[in-house]
Amino acid sequence: MLLDDLIHKPVAWLASDGASGIVVSTRIRLARNIEGLAFPGWAGDEECVRIQARVWEMLQSLKGLSPCLPVEMAALNAVDRDFLRERHLISNDLAQKMQGSGVVVRADEHLSVMVNEEDHLRLQAVRPGLQLKELWTEINDLDTQIEQHIHFAFSPSLGYLTACPTNVGTGLRASAMLHVPGLRLINEIDPIIKGLTKIGLAVRGLQGEGTEASGNMFQISNQMTLGESEAVIIDRLSRIVTEVAQHESNARARLQEQRGAYIEDYVGRAYGILCHARVLNSREALDMLSALRFGCELGIITNLQIAEVNRLVLYSMPGHLQKSEGRLIPPDERDYVRARLVRETVRHASF
Amino acid sequence: MLCECCQKNEATIHLTQMVDSKSRELHLCEGCAEESGMNVQSVMSIPEILFGLGVASNKPKEGDESFSASCPHCHMRDCDFKKTARLGCPHCYEAFTEELGPMLAAMHKGTQHAGKIPEYLQKNLEKAVLCENLQKALADAIRAEKYEEAALLRDRIREAGNAAG
Repeated sequence: MLLDDLIHKPVAWLASDGASGIVVSTRIRLARNIEGLAFPGWAGDEECVRIQARVWEMLQSLKGLSPCLPVEMAALNAVDRDFLRERHLISNDLAQKMQGSGVVVRADEHLSVMVNEEDHLRLQAVRPGLQLKELWTEINDLDTQIEQHIHFAFSPSLGYLTACPTNVGTGLRASAMLHVPGLRLINEIDPIIKGLTKIGLAVRGLQGEGTEASGNMFQISNQMTLGESEAVIIDRLSRIVTEVAQHESNARARLQEQRGAYIEDYVGRAYGILCHARVLNSREALDMLSALRFGCELGIITNLQIAEVNRLVLYSMPGHLQKSEGRLIPPDERDYVRARLVRETVRHASF
Repeated sequence: MLCECCQKNEATIHLTQMVDSKSRELHLCEGCAEESGMNVQSVMSIPEILFGLGVASNKPKEGDESFSASCPHCHMRDCDFKKTARLGCPHCYEAFTEELGPMLAAMHKGTQHAGKIPEYLQKNLEKAVLCENLQKALADAIRAEKYEEAALLRDRIREAGNAAG
């Protein structure tokens, strides 16, 4: 399989079967390092190349990653980097790296291992909807397979040793991406974010670290990795995500009951813009598509699958836009191409 | 809200400084914040914040101005760690125990790992715990002058040691 083949495939973390909900996707990542070796940020380029060489074949031979697509960062141009980042297959950090780093992706994109990001290995599992327990089983199994080949940096008292002390212990970060237009419309987002932060959870935007919540999407993840088992961390996050999703569905019910016309107006305006705009920047597209998705979920918009809206969200991002057009497109022109792509899909929807 | 410094631009950077348990707020525009030497683009990392709060001790020891702890394996110094907020290698956790101890306690739920243990270490760890318990029992036996029991315990420790090796 080639990197270019991915563009024709639905992305693993966006439901393609129409089943979709408030919890868009969930993810777990594990940070692991090889015993006795310097962490990538301190190791120097040559050492990183050696570390990659040491794990590269091994990762490709793993049953848990088969069939796989190995991608070396040095071989990628800017569009490919954006493309992989938008699919959440590589992090913002890895997207900046060159020789000595890469990612091995299982063909279905549910599992992947980044090499020489901040840690030697970053295992990731992702699924649509709330599936943290299933993800843990899957990623734990992959981790055990890797363990047969290399000895990890591990201390009985501090657990898995990581480059950043915020990840030490389990090395586990579990996160859920939620679509919460209802909470935003009734202005309850901020108190919820404050509450989540108070109980030790991190809240971020769609593209992860350092991004703000846009398109009414936000990510909730655990911050603490030492002193609790993986099962405890995952169980707590699952319960909290379920609770926030419940708040969102209550907000939706309340809005429909008390402010039906307002909701129709909110969705209708977005529909109008998406049907007729000739220039759409990514931020506006994301916000409007969120409103459209909301309209589909409430039945205000018909003849349009949520999966189609999901697809538009992804394919209107710069990397996907350029990759599917098969050429480099300057930023200004992207806004025209994006508007055209959106119009073509949204046109057949009914309001 | 206008920037308190230039009184012209909109303040987008809001700081809260705690001095003697009193908080003071400062609202600046990006330009003024940058001029005052703040890096407005990068978000502060948790280790940086903790260093700033003095939770992690990053002060050189008194009377020794050249003091700078460093990791004997990768040669990272504590000042490098402070700058990047990332450690150099797994051994840094031992080299910087003093700095890391309070930091880890402040940022995590506990200070003892409670999660997965690699399979290949599980057996060794169990043996290590067994050996430790046997050592204690041996010391007790010697103290109580129960030499026969002590001899048995010594043999069991040897056995466990050989199996682990």
